Amino acid sequence: MKRFAVFLLSAFLAFSAWAQEAPDVLVKRITEEVLHIIRTDKELQEGNTQRAIELVDQKVLPHFNFTHMTALAVGKDWRKASPEQQKKLTEEFKTLLVRTYSNALTGYKNQTIRYKPARMDAEGKDVRIPTEILQPGGQPVQLDYNMEKLENGWKVYDVVVGGISLVTNYRDQFGQEVRANGIDGLIKAISTKNKSLEASKK
Amino acid sequence: MRNTISAPIKEQRSEKLAAVLAFAALLLSACATTGNNPKDPNEGFNRAMFEVHEGIDTVIAKPLAKGYDAAVPLPVKASVGNLFGNVGDLLIGVNNGLQGKVDDGASDLLRLLINSTVGIFGLFDVASEMGLEKHNEDFGQTLAVWGMDDGGYLFLPIVGPRTARDGLGFLVDTYADPVRWGIDRVSVRNSAMGLRMIDIRASLLPSDRVVEEAALDKYSYIRDAYLQRRRNLIYDGNPPKLED
Repeated sequence: MKRFAVFLLSAFLAFSAWAQEAPDVLVKRITEEVLHIIRTDKELQEGNTQRAIELVDQKVLPHFNFTHMTALAVGKDWRKASPEQQKKLTEEFKTLLVRTYSNALTGYKNQTIRYKPARMDAEGKDVRIPTEILQPGGQPVQLDYNMEKLENGWKVYDVVVGGISLVTNYRDQFGQEVRANGIDGLIKAISTKNKSLEASKK
Repeated sequence: MRNTISAPIKEQRSEKLAAVLAFAALLLSACATTGNNPKDPNEGFNRAMFEVHEGIDTVIAKPLAKGYDAAVPLPVKASVGNLFGNVGDLLIGVNNGLQGKVDDGASDLLRLLINSTVGIFGLFDVASEMGLEKHNEDFGQTLAVWGMDDGGYLFLPIVGPRTARDGLGFLVDTYADPVRWGIDRVSVRNSAMGLRMIDIRASLLPSDRVVEEAALDKYSYIRDAYLQRRRNLIYDGNPPKLED
């Protein structure tokens, strides 16, 4: 009976530790999982985009907060958009990011990742997880994840490669589009881009 | 007699070149009125130069880099990268010193020493494996640390994206380049410089596809990425957070 209680307790502890997985542990776990798949999957190494998208969809997306990402990318125009427009923007931007991110992933073969100590803010709700991609004969590339603590766990809201935020790098392009054609023009522009990428890959 | 004057003439020539370039930069910033983006005062000119650059890249640089990437086995490519990386550590160390980061500068020179000997003339980056981190510094960053303003974005054919400040830094770096003054025979020097350019271009091939797919407007995407990247380098990977 005592043994059973101990088992229950340890199972409970293990479960709650998993439920509150620290953001740096989470990043490391997902990265290693994804890298392992990339290294062992032939189709991915041959650059099969569809396969890469499926992988990202399944493993990576649940840990991203796309609404926050889109709001950051759009900047001050975000508040001018109606909830319906915000939803559409998020959908289109998500498609665009997933495709480019997935394709970047298939380029990884000989690289290894080094994980650096996380930098948490004072309230413990926002964290930067710095990692480094090491490649033979090349300089290491900084790859940082900015994450926030939400009710359903830690979520990524920005990915920064070599100091370049993949999210805020869109701000000027989006602003340009909104000034010329309004929020709907921006939605249309991203959607057109997505469709052309979709068509070219078939 | 002839020998005694040839040196000053050579000096004069490069001085002249520098003066012409400085004047061109001045002219450029003076006639800058296109566009309304404060960080890109020369947008009209830059976009035109960007088109020229893309043309040259598509026809010459990219095919060369692709050929090199496909034909040369990975260990050789890694060694070529290490070799030029090793030579580069000299100026990186000097720039760290100029920025007052004496420890980093000393570490760069130690890297140069270790890799040139144990690493067989820099073919292998032994120093990194020993935990001596490779840094990224150039004179443009040094000027920024010294407080110089970036002077506006500038896109130049072949050279690529720069700011006026980084363009000036690039001129100084090119002048101080060990490959330029360290190799006596012209043919070897030119081959080395050519190979380095191909090596750099080849290392950018994977990002080509990403930019091509990610950008709504390729020109703006590259400009904003470059400016973010430089800001990150100037602050050695820890830039203060910008207001949203």
